[in-house]
Amino acid sequence: MQQANRLRPFFENITFDRVDNEMVLNFGPQHPSSHGQLRLMLHMQQEQITKAHPDIGYLHRGMEKMAENMIYNEFMPTTDRMDYIASSSNNYGFALAVEKLIGLEVPRRAKVIRMLLLEINRLMSHLFWLATTALDIGAMTVFLYAFREREYLMDLVEDYCGARLTHAAIRIGGVPLDLPDNFITDLRKFLDKLPANIKDYEDLLDKNRVWLMRMENVGVISKEMALSWGCSGVMLRASGVQWDIRKEEPYELYDEVEFNVPVSDKGDNYARYKLYMAEMRESAKILYQVADMYEGTPTELMAHAPQYISAPKLDIMTQNYALMQHFVLVTQGMRPPVGEVYVPTESPKGELGFYINSQGGPYPYRLKLRGPSFWHTGILTDLLPGHYIPDVVSIIGTTNIVFGEVDR
Amino acid sequence: MRAYTPKDNVQKKSYYTDRFWVAPQVAKSAVSDDAVFAADLDAIKAKFDVLDAYIQVDQMVVVIHANDNYAVLELLKNEREYTQLSEMSAIDWLATEGKFEIFYQMLSMAKRKRVRIKCKIDEKEAIQSVEKLFRCADWSEREMYDMFGVVVNNHPFMKRILMPDDWEGFPLRKTYPLQGDEFAAWYEVDKIFGKEAREIIGPENRDPARIDRYDTKRFARLGHEVPFGTDISQGEPDTPLVYQEQKGVFMVDKFDTQKSVVISDRHR
Repeated sequence: MQQANRLRPFFENITFDRVDNEMVLNFGPQHPSSHGQLRLMLHMQQEQITKAHPDIGYLHRGMEKMAENMIYNEFMPTTDRMDYIASSSNNYGFALAVEKLIGLEVPRRAKVIRMLLLEINRLMSHLFWLATTALDIGAMTVFLYAFREREYLMDLVEDYCGARLTHAAIRIGGVPLDLPDNFITDLRKFLDKLPANIKDYEDLLDKNRVWLMRMENVGVISKEMALSWGCSGVMLRASGVQWDIRKEEPYELYDEVEFNVPVSDKGDNYARYKLYMAEMRESAKILYQVADMYEGTPTELMAHAPQYISAPKLDIMTQNYALMQHFVLVTQGMRPPVGEVYVPTESPKGELGFYINSQGGPYPYRLKLRGPSFWHTGILTDLLPGHYIPDVVSIIGTTNIVFGEVDR
Repeated sequence: MRAYTPKDNVQKKSYYTDRFWVAPQVAKSAVSDDAVFAADLDAIKAKFDVLDAYIQVDQMVVVIHANDNYAVLELLKNEREYTQLSEMSAIDWLATEGKFEIFYQMLSMAKRKRVRIKCKIDEKEAIQSVEKLFRCADWSEREMYDMFGVVVNNHPFMKRILMPDDWEGFPLRKTYPLQGDEFAAWYEVDKIFGKEAREIIGPENRDPARIDRYDTKRFARLGHEVPFGTDISQGEPDTPLVYQEQKGVFMVDKFDTQKSVVISDRHR
């Protein structure tokens, strides 16, 4: 059945011409340090890269197409699969975009819970980044330590929503559940230990000779390059641009909490590493403040907007009209007003944006997902030339790309 | 009679529409309400035709002619401090207007403002690349071409980015079905084995919940286990349920609640 000439190449038809010393190296798509299905075609002179072509699309699931064929609430679990390291931040980005579209105000307790989830997700993502990048470079110990702390955070999220990786823990209009009893105490216990843990990682890495050799002055991104390539998040701040959407265009309760935005003007791998560590400390600071806000907030968890959001379960089970509306909203879906909206949020990886064009139907007419990793992969085209083969691994590591988000 | 389905838009339709229902609009406000946006718009208006401009959800939307796209973005970048192109893509309006709408989402970090530049082109028309202004447009425009088939002029590497190079059709067009067309369904088979193998291999099973009760290679019925691959289409041999050792399995101790310790705190 299988035809010989289709899968097996016939070498007698190919001639190998050697004109210069250039070699084309195929890196990936199944390389352990490519953090997903990234294929790089590297043109090389000896060990030095002269040209790089990132090839993506191995994880393309057509989420934008799926979104056009789903009601808004149905799409929420799909957003989990974008940046699956910090899935609540994707849920939140989508929920916020739809809320902006229909003009909803979310109850305060839901805001507090969302803030907690967002920052826990940021910590999870940064810890995961540290662990895998350190592992790529050979620091096995840091990998084990960072995964241990990430495990505690995943336990917390599990206590809240039951899921560990794909949370779907945020709804359009609020959050589905209140915090479990011990959540705040457990979180505080974790946060009290976190600074010592971060110090452990830094003790292991900061002055480590191998780490410095692989990180310092490698993968330098200039400010112009970062801006031109649409970089965001740590990739941008490591290149000397002070821009954090949480600070500059605050959403949720970020204007009520005190935190710093760490910036570096070095632009190399080491600067990005230092920023990730600093951001973890800032996240912990935010979490302490938000944990204090929870006590005493009114108990509403979902916004009251009968046209778009189902009533609380108690009302659905006791009142006829709430039940009818719930039925319509579940079977047909909400119909946001006609218009379009682009809402950026600061996800752990950078600017996560949702562009929604609604024509008043229950399905979005067009939904564009802006995953920051897409351009952080694109920048490899300009970033890799001039570097050597071992640098590729550390550069991919510090760009912190996740392929669920690149390919969508 | 079979229900009529329009061929120019095969996306999912809502099964219930109220013919008296008028969809509300997201509020638009005049650009003059915001001094910063008004200044930007005046700068654009001084040199280019502006078809429409308004503020929606805190962002200014400016509709321009498609052939001005490069010049307007250049003006915004160099003179109006919109230093980043955060996103760009197309919207398919082929079914209603025969046009693609292309939007450029710009960000000014100095002013903390976002502007969306929009323009429309015909289906066969090409658009000027803005890759010279913003390197990120390199990939965005490739993605737009890949998904919609919008050709971009002066692009350094106009090639598909997410789909395979030899793909036929443009997935995000409204005419492209969600499950893929015939080409998509047979893509791997055609490529690896050839078209003539379609009948031998058969269509792909797209239903993940499908269970063939006569398939004894991949499924087993509990209590009716048969050897791997046995043909049971003519009825199955009787295989009564047999338990293992009655007194418990060898080397596995019974769980004793008295001897065990319950850990209440996970030592966070």
